Order: sequence, then structure tokens, then C-alpha cells
Amino acid sequence: MVIDTNGLTYNFGDQAVVKSLSLQVEKGSIYGFLGPNGAGKTTTIKLLLNLLQIQEGSIHIFGKELQSNRIEILSQIGSLIEQPAIYLHLTGKENLLNRALLLQIPDKRVDEMIDLVNLNHAANKKAGQYSLGMKQRLGIALALLSDPKLIILDEPTNGLDPNGIIEMRELLISLTKDHGKTVFISSHLLAEIERMATHVGIINHGHLLFQGTIKDLETRNKPSVQIEIDNTVDAANYLKRNNILVSDVTGQHIYVPYVSKQQIGDINALLNQNGFVVYSINKQQQDLEKLFLAITQNA
Amino acid sequence: MKALILSIRSEFYKSRKTAGFWSVVILPLFLCLVLFINFLSNNNAVGTPSMLLWIQFAGTIFGAMGTLLLPMLVVFTAYSVNNIEHKSDTWKTLFSLPISKFSIYAAKYIYAMFIILICLMLFVPFTVGFGNLLGLLKPQLNFGDYSMINILLKMYFKLFLSSLGILSIQFILSLLFRDFLKPMGIGFVATMAGVILASDHLVYAYLFPYAQQMLAASEMPQPHGQHLAGGSLPAITIELFTKEIYASLITASVIFFAGYFIVLKKSVK
Repeated sequence: MVIDTNGLTYNFGDQAVVKSLSLQVEKGSIYGFLGPNGAGKTTTIKLLLNLLQIQEGSIHIFGKELQSNRIEILSQIGSLIEQPAIYLHLTGKENLLNRALLLQIPDKRVDEMIDLVNLNHAANKKAGQYSLGMKQRLGIALALLSDPKLIILDEPTNGLDPNGIIEMRELLISLTKDHGKTVFISSHLLAEIERMATHVGIINHGHLLFQGTIKDLETRNKPSVQIEIDNTVDAANYLKRNNILVSDVTGQHIYVPYVSKQQIGDINALLNQNGFVVYSINKQQQDLEKLFLAITQNA
Repeated sequence: MKALILSIRSEFYKSRKTAGFWSVVILPLFLCLVLFINFLSNNNAVGTPSMLLWIQFAGTIFGAMGTLLLPMLVVFTAYSVNNIEHKSDTWKTLFSLPISKFSIYAAKYIYAMFIILICLMLFVPFTVGFGNLLGLLKPQLNFGDYSMINILLKMYFKLFLSSLGILSIQFILSLLFRDFLKPMGIGFVATMAGVILASDHLVYAYLFPYAQQMLAASEMPQPHGQHLAGGSLPAITIELFTKEIYASLITASVIFFAGYFIVLKKSVK
């Protein structure tokens, strides 16, 4: 395991922000750390980087205990926490050169990073004049500068345009597949990372509600029957009176948990026989975003 | 040690384009220039003997710097070294780098100390340079054959040593508080208290860090001192390590290490 936390708990005053968190992040994975705003994601990341002192539980990174091996572990981590922390009075390139100076990285690597995140045109412009997306790209370049084994990114897609999100996704996939890196990436939107994540951890109110591969998550994704009908409210009430569970009603559709093909036929016949006009009826897979919402809301 | 040196170099790299850095040059230049213009535009000092004239010229600059400007320079320098990180929200990045927290903390402190030292030492060439320029532009002023360089070097170095106690206090305040008003307010009120304590000649005033630079400055040769009357000009001796300097160095060391333990235990927001 690259990251292994056990019973990690953190309180801000009386308020528990992270509760008994046990994360397992495998080598070579892209671990999507998901949760709504305020769920405890950034606090967890700050604990992983030793910015916050551990109150309860333990953190092992690369198999070593974090607090007693702080410098050795941090030398193999590149991170981007919340909004990118960059010196606004320096140019993009100077920000990278300053970090290269501190970490004794050759200047050549700075140019490679500028190329990698497509900041060539603005490398000599003050970072204070950068757009949010450019700042984010510079933040990613800073995180990757030392060629770390583990990359920890907190909401890195904030401010990126769709093109930028695609580029970052491809970059992270290539870093894990071709270079054996491990990526731990937090987001409040599942859709943003479901296409690249190999593993997912879902957190809300400090609790880890789900942890596993994307496939594990999909198996929890139960299909439903979508019925398009003229009068959804009456039809939904009619189905309920006939002991059929209705999971959702919208202006045009009713959703019923899928049981079998026979069930679809039965519902169709029942509605038709009682004067409802069914425009369409079909089995539908719930999208992961709804599943994510369901997991976090049921907590 | 290597990390500490790299961190100091990084501090220089980061701050070389900021106002805090350039104030190091501008402050002594401005102060010496103002006094230069003052001496140039009036004839009060015409006829004063060379040594007295130098003491009058250098002492006025030194007095202005030593009483109120130095504590304010320390407050501002301690603030600007830390504000670079507050403003850019970079504490979290700095403390997540594979560098010991001591190196980061000590590098900033040493850099602030270096800035103050450079600023104070720049007063020496500027004072001497402007003094000689005055002699050239206004030959009635007899700056000619007296050299104050060694005395000035000692005076300003002593002033530097006396400022270290304040630096440690202001440094940790600026590191902990993001907004300027808290360290500035505390620094200003404490400086005023220091001025009162020092000018009242209280026995234990030398123990109060904000009075130390004032006490160090007050022991310097005065341009119109009584001992200079009657035309006899005694040699000037500067005792470097006086009790307020020891007090300043002890305060600086204790607060420096106490500050480090605060940083060590502090969570980075």
C-alpha cells in the first residue's frame, strides 16, 4: 500500500472533522477521494502531508510511519492543496525555479514542466496575472516538479476548462500507467474523476462511506425501470396502491426499482388496463453521480 | 545545514522583487539625502570643526534611525518576510516540502536579520559619502580631515545587536498573525513604552527589548555634548557589549527557540 491510514480521527475544537478513517491506496492506482464540500477531504489531505498533527490513529506512507519519517516521505510526494499556492509577484517560471532551488532540481526540469502543462506562452508573466486555470496548471507543474512517486491533488480541476480537465486526466493516466506513479485526487464531483479513477473512496461528515474499485462501485449501482407516462403523479399513486415501490417521480417519468423483465410487462399491463397512456417503459442503469449522491445522502 | 542555506537562498530569490527588500537601500539613502539637503541649504554648521561637524551630521542621522525608525524597520521586515507566505497562501506548500521545519523557520529569521544588518550597515557608506559630498559642494563646511568610518561601523553594528530582541518578538508575531495590524500595533505600543522607559533612565529599562535600541543609541557621542566644549576634542570610544546588548541577545535567543517550538506544534491552516 502507498497510503495506509488506520482509525484516523481529527477534531477542530469540539467538532470531529475526520472520524476513524481507514484509507488504503494501492501503488499505481488513481484513487478518487470523493465527498461533498466540507466532508473532510482537505483535512484528510493535510493530515497525509503532516500539515495537521495526528490526534488519533496512524498514517503509513510507502510503508513508513509519517511523523517519524516526515522528510523521507515528503521527498516522494508532490502535492496541490486547495487553490494553488504560488507567489503572485513572481512569474510562473520563477515560481518553478524557486522550488527547483529549494529541492535541488536541475533548471532543465523546470522547462520540461512548463511544456508539460502548456504554460510556454505565459512562463515569463507574473503569476498574479494568471487566470484560475493557469494558476491551477502551474500548481500541477509544481507538484510534479520533483518527479514524485505519489501525487496528492486536492480539487485540481477547479477553474480548469473542459479541455484542461481532459488534458489533466490524460496526464494523470499516463503518469500511473507509463511511469508507475500513484495519484490521490480529491473532488466533490464523481463525474470529473470516474473516467480516470481506478479506485474510489467516498467520505461524508468525516466518515468513509465506501472504498473500493470503480467496478465495486458499479456493482452497487442497481438498475431501475423508467416509465414515461401522461399523468405521472396519479400513475405513481396508482402503482403504490397496488404495492409497487416507486423510487422517484418527475414531471414526465416514474422510476421503479428493477426486479425482472416480467415485472416490466406487468407494470405496463396494469397501467394500460387502468386508463394511463404509457409512452415508453425501459430498464435503466442509474448513473454513478446519482449513486454517489445516494451514498452521501443516506449517511 | 544544506537545507538551511538553500532556504535562505530561496528567501532572497522570493523577496528580491518586493518593497520590503528594496526598503533596505531606500531607507538609509533617503534619510542621508534629507540630512544632506538640510546641511546644504542652511549655514548653521559653517565654522564648526571637522570632528564636531561629522558628529553633528552622522549623529543626527543615527539619532533618527536609532530611536523610532529602527523598531519600525524591524516590525516591517519581520512582517514582510512572513507576509510573502501569508499573502500567497504558501505556508502549506512550504511545510509540505521535504525540508525540516527548523530550516524554514531559521532561514526566514536569518534572512530578516540579514536585511536589517545590511540596511544599518548601508548607513555607513551613505553617511560618509554624503558628508564628503557636502564638503565638496560647500567648501565652507569643514568635513575635510576627520574619518568617522570605524566609529560609525561600531555604532551601527551595536544598533543592529540591540534590535535582535525586538526582531525575535516581531518575527514570531508576524508568523502567527496574518494581518499586519496585530504585530504592527503591538510593536508600536511597545516601542512607545520603550521610549518612555529609556528616556526616564529607569534602572531596569535595559531588560525591555523595545527600550534596548534606544539605550544603545543614547550612549553614542552627542553633537552638542558638554564634554566637547572649550575646543578640546576627546577621542570617541564605543563600548560594544553593554548590558542592554547582552539583554537583547539573550531575549533574541530565548524567543527564537520558543517561536520554533510554537511552529513545530502549530497546525498549518
